[in-house]
Amino acid sequence: MAKFDWKETKRQITDSQVWQSIFRHGYEDTPRNRILMVSGNVWLHLHPSKVQKHAVRMRFTWCMGGITFLLFLVTVVTGVYLMFYYRPTAEYAYADMKYLEFDMPFGMLMRNMHRWAAHGMVIAVWLHMFRVFMTGSYKPPREFNWVVGVILLVLTLLLSFTGYLLPWDQLSIWAVTVGSNMARATPLLGHGGPFHEVLGVNPVYDARAFIFGGGEIGPHTLLRFYILHCIFFPLIASLFMAVHFWRIRRDGMSGPL
Amino acid sequence: MRAAGAGAGGAGARTPAAGGSKRIEVPIKKASGGVEEKLHTWPFLVRSEFLMSILVIIVLTVWSLLLNAPLEQPSNPTRTPNPSKAPWYFLGLQEMLVFFDPWYAGVVLPCFIIVGLMLIPYLDINPKGNGYYTFRERSFEILTFFIGFHILWVSFIIIGTFFRGPGWNWFWPGQVWDPHLVEALTNVDLPYMFGLRDYLASAIFGLAVIGGYFVVGYAGLYYWIRSRPAGDPWSAFPGGGPEILKKWGPVRFGITGFLVLAMAGVFIKMALRHALNIKYILVTPWINI
Repeated sequence: MAKFDWKETKRQITDSQVWQSIFRHGYEDTPRNRILMVSGNVWLHLHPSKVQKHAVRMRFTWCMGGITFLLFLVTVVTGVYLMFYYRPTAEYAYADMKYLEFDMPFGMLMRNMHRWAAHGMVIAVWLHMFRVFMTGSYKPPREFNWVVGVILLVLTLLLSFTGYLLPWDQLSIWAVTVGSNMARATPLLGHGGPFHEVLGVNPVYDARAFIFGGGEIGPHTLLRFYILHCIFFPLIASLFMAVHFWRIRRDGMSGPL
Repeated sequence: MRAAGAGAGGAGARTPAAGGSKRIEVPIKKASGGVEEKLHTWPFLVRSEFLMSILVIIVLTVWSLLLNAPLEQPSNPTRTPNPSKAPWYFLGLQEMLVFFDPWYAGVVLPCFIIVGLMLIPYLDINPKGNGYYTFRERSFEILTFFIGFHILWVSFIIIGTFFRGPGWNWFWPGQVWDPHLVEALTNVDLPYMFGLRDYLASAIFGLAVIGGYFVVGYAGLYYWIRSRPAGDPWSAFPGGGPEILKKWGPVRFGITGFLVLAMAGVFIKMALRHALNIKYILVTPWINI
């Protein structure tokens, strides 16, 4: 019995008309092609085309920046799905959570993935900051990218916080009430804060009312947080992410000199 | 002759002796200029990113299949749950409300945290430890970060999440939450403890205490840094304390000192509250600290 020849079989497949009509030509593993794979690809060119050996090791990077970005992408995808079914009005918001759970195909799974990915993103971004601190990667010439990173950290928290209100249940409105009540205590700008008389702010016209869209948490707050959560903060975060990644690409990974 | 002159000019450009340049003399090298071997991003980095992505997605999917996101009763503005907790990542700040008024715990402290974090690269002029793990070469920075991040931020989130019940009272995990538990608050203000009874005297006393704290704190920090011994092989500043202070400069020293003392102030206020039942240190008709 003739031995089965893998190479010959592979050659027959890749030389076939069907295969060649799809793939046209093979991939030759040359240094030039390796660089082209990165520089010629709209997604991969976020990377530098070459990286220092130590910077590839998981022990050095903990992979946390990448995981943060991945979890952000997960929330984008699952979030779009949720947006199809969710109405940001006080009459429907809570009912839509129930519809998501019981009526929508994969609705509960999408909501779970959205929520756990968001929590995971907060943890991952903290661990990323911790790692970057421990390797001193904020030192020159990367000082400003650390500042961009802090902005992204704050945006991550704001994204998560605005999303917290949307289920419109007891957990969400009271958590957001507690969180937003801090704005009431802002010096000068909050009606419960020190020196509030100076500018004459009051409960329906102060820093908290600006966040809530009114004196109390209500339907206006829901709509406001929905738009901040789904449009405003994701856009701003994407802009800062672009800068953040671009600067890593320009400066390279930090490493012992 | 010509070669020697060029050499001197080239070497002098980045040394402090050359003067003129305001920039501190941290070695500014292009990060990509190392001698270390470089790998192609494709396939080496992309491969590990790809595998890690698959792993994360699998874990997240299994997690989401097993554990549902919480959904409580429909919102009811007339029924305040006790306790009302902020989202877990803000519970460290909510815990600060035990010790400070909301304008400080919820507004000023977070601003200090955000601004302080952003300033780290500009305050830390130690050129060592750039791109590798080391404790010996930057122990002060790492310890400060550890106190701020692990102790003040993370551990207070854990306390707020697992140890706080009705009335924001302390409950051990597993202990029954008793909503009627009353903890007698016998706190007094520091000026009151010293027998001061009118606002003006209290305010002056409080300001003096806080001012004194900062004076003593700044002086302590200054002399502690100045007493750093010379010749530490791990330090980037072989001249020891005086060299550090000279290169650090008064602005960086002032800002770092303020942030460190504000952070230490949180611990001091906590200690005063727990040990001596002190409510406020500074008492005025407008603000209390």
